[in-house]
Amino acid sequence: MSEAMVEVRNVTKVYERGKQKIEVLHGLTLEIPRGDFVALMGPSGSGKTTLLNLIGGLDQPTSGQITVGGSRLDQLRAGELAHWRARNVGFVFQFYNLMPVLTAEGNVELPLLLTRLSAPQRRKNVAVALQVVGLADRAKHKPRELSGGQEQRVAIARALVSDPQLLVCDEPTGDLDRKTADEILGLLQVLNREHGKTVVIVTHDPKAAEFARRTLHLEKGQLLEQAA
Amino acid sequence: MTKSGFVVANLFRKRTRTILTLLSVIMAFLLFGLLQSVNTVFNAGADFVGATRLMVQARVSFTQPLPVSMVPKLEAIPGVARVAYQQWFGGVWQENTPLIMFALDPQRYRDVYPEWLMPEAQWQAFEHTRTGMIVGRQLADQYGWKLGQKIPIASNIYPLKNGSKAWAFDLVGIFDGKDEEWKRRTNLAFIQQDYFDEANQFNVKGRTNFFILKLQDGARAEAISKTVDAMFENSPDETKTQTEKDFNISFVKQIGDIGLIVRWILFAVFFTLLLVVGNTMAQSVRERVPELAVLKTLGFSDASVLGFVLAEAFALCLAGGLIGLVLASICGALVAKGTGGQFQLQLDAGVWLIGVAAIGLMSLAVGLLPALRARRLRIVDALAGR
Repeated sequence: MSEAMVEVRNVTKVYERGKQKIEVLHGLTLEIPRGDFVALMGPSGSGKTTLLNLIGGLDQPTSGQITVGGSRLDQLRAGELAHWRARNVGFVFQFYNLMPVLTAEGNVELPLLLTRLSAPQRRKNVAVALQVVGLADRAKHKPRELSGGQEQRVAIARALVSDPQLLVCDEPTGDLDRKTADEILGLLQVLNREHGKTVVIVTHDPKAAEFARRTLHLEKGQLLEQAA
Repeated sequence: MTKSGFVVANLFRKRTRTILTLLSVIMAFLLFGLLQSVNTVFNAGADFVGATRLMVQARVSFTQPLPVSMVPKLEAIPGVARVAYQQWFGGVWQENTPLIMFALDPQRYRDVYPEWLMPEAQWQAFEHTRTGMIVGRQLADQYGWKLGQKIPIASNIYPLKNGSKAWAFDLVGIFDGKDEEWKRRTNLAFIQQDYFDEANQFNVKGRTNFFILKLQDGARAEAISKTVDAMFENSPDETKTQTEKDFNISFVKQIGDIGLIVRWILFAVFFTLLLVVGNTMAQSVRERVPELAVLKTLGFSDASVLGFVLAEAFALCLAGGLIGLVLASICGALVAKGTGGQFQLQLDAGVWLIGVAAIGLMSLAVGLLPALRARRLRIVDALAGR
């Protein structure tokens, strides 16, 4: 691990709910080296998902700087941010968030529609991604025909297919049983160790956090400690 | 998979709902096609008649007959070549089939309408047979009437002197039209004015509903029409004179302003359709807020997401609209065939053009608001279910 993949400098995030202003992150500073596997833990409302959303370019900080892979996300406009996300980051959600009308391969191909790849090239990339997550034989199945673990594997394949350097995962095992959760985390570990992906996951589960190289604890919008 | 494939897949996420919505779009455009064709038929029906004839009727209404004694005065007007007249008979065949039937002077009518073609012997027979009747080819073919037959026809207006409404006429001639347009209108029947005058119980002898003025020069139609009306101004029989084309249009409009009726029906149909399809689209977007947020998460821009929703609305309206218009074309052709070509319900290029424009406008109308909502979605709120 060398230079920083993610640099968060003095970031605050304030949400407005009606007349009420809620400050979720308070001047948070953080650095994640390229190739790291970080677990963000903390109680509900501590700002884990907010931090993950900022790192993934889904939201903008109220103040402070966020640099990911050399790009200053806090300075990008909405359209530029969308373009950046398509090229640089893969997302995995707790509830998979697959398109129910598409097959597994259709779901995995979706991010590639934003590229200039030809249809045969897209199909090839999709096949590789499904192979990596071990679901090559389920390519033609729709999400409702898959188990939870398989759906999450498809979601990981979708996150991988455009070859981003950063994977952000929000409670990726929160909806899975222990055995399946361990398989998914093992897969993320392989992607980190063998494919060099930087992985950031949010989790409540200490066992899940054990798969990460390090764990960061957040409480009330601030980073508490760093555990190896 | 392609972007268009994704649009179609999304469209059929709720198959039953989409099919029902599609059916409502199809029905709306079927109605649109047929009604627009009806409108075209009624508006264009008089185009072929030319402007060399003027129709004169009573100023108040054509139901108020004018005296036949006006004929010499009309014929004396410079520019008028010949005058014919015709009296509405109100003919009914069998139980309840109305006929377009007039009492007239055979020779005068023949002079004014050279477009009707019939063998000379049959014209002669019509002129010399008091109870004679001639009918158009369509009518003869439709009811299987043959020359020499006695045809019983009732009048829903005029009884015979004995009080009966059951008239009977000798079929002495069957006429054709000079070209396709006129052939399509051979659904008429004519009887002798003299016999009508003598035999009917009402005191309408020597009176008629319309005079038809054949002009030497169609360019003078307007001037002659003013002359006629001025001539009878302030008399007991004031007149209203108009070209044959205008007369035909105003005659049709007695049923009602077809264009206006069609517009109102279509307004109602499309307004309902907007609500139905608009609701479907709004519901469809509401149901998949998280999916739309995922699209944005994957890197699809706000404009792309707006485009996806608009494309769904367009695909739905385009499919339904085109199927509806094609069905309208088929139905129109069937109606035209079924009526022996009398009712030419054909979707011309104009109707198709308006139809395609309506598809575009409707797509925007039903898709824009849901699309804008999808475009405005904030990813973090949508993913959090807020």
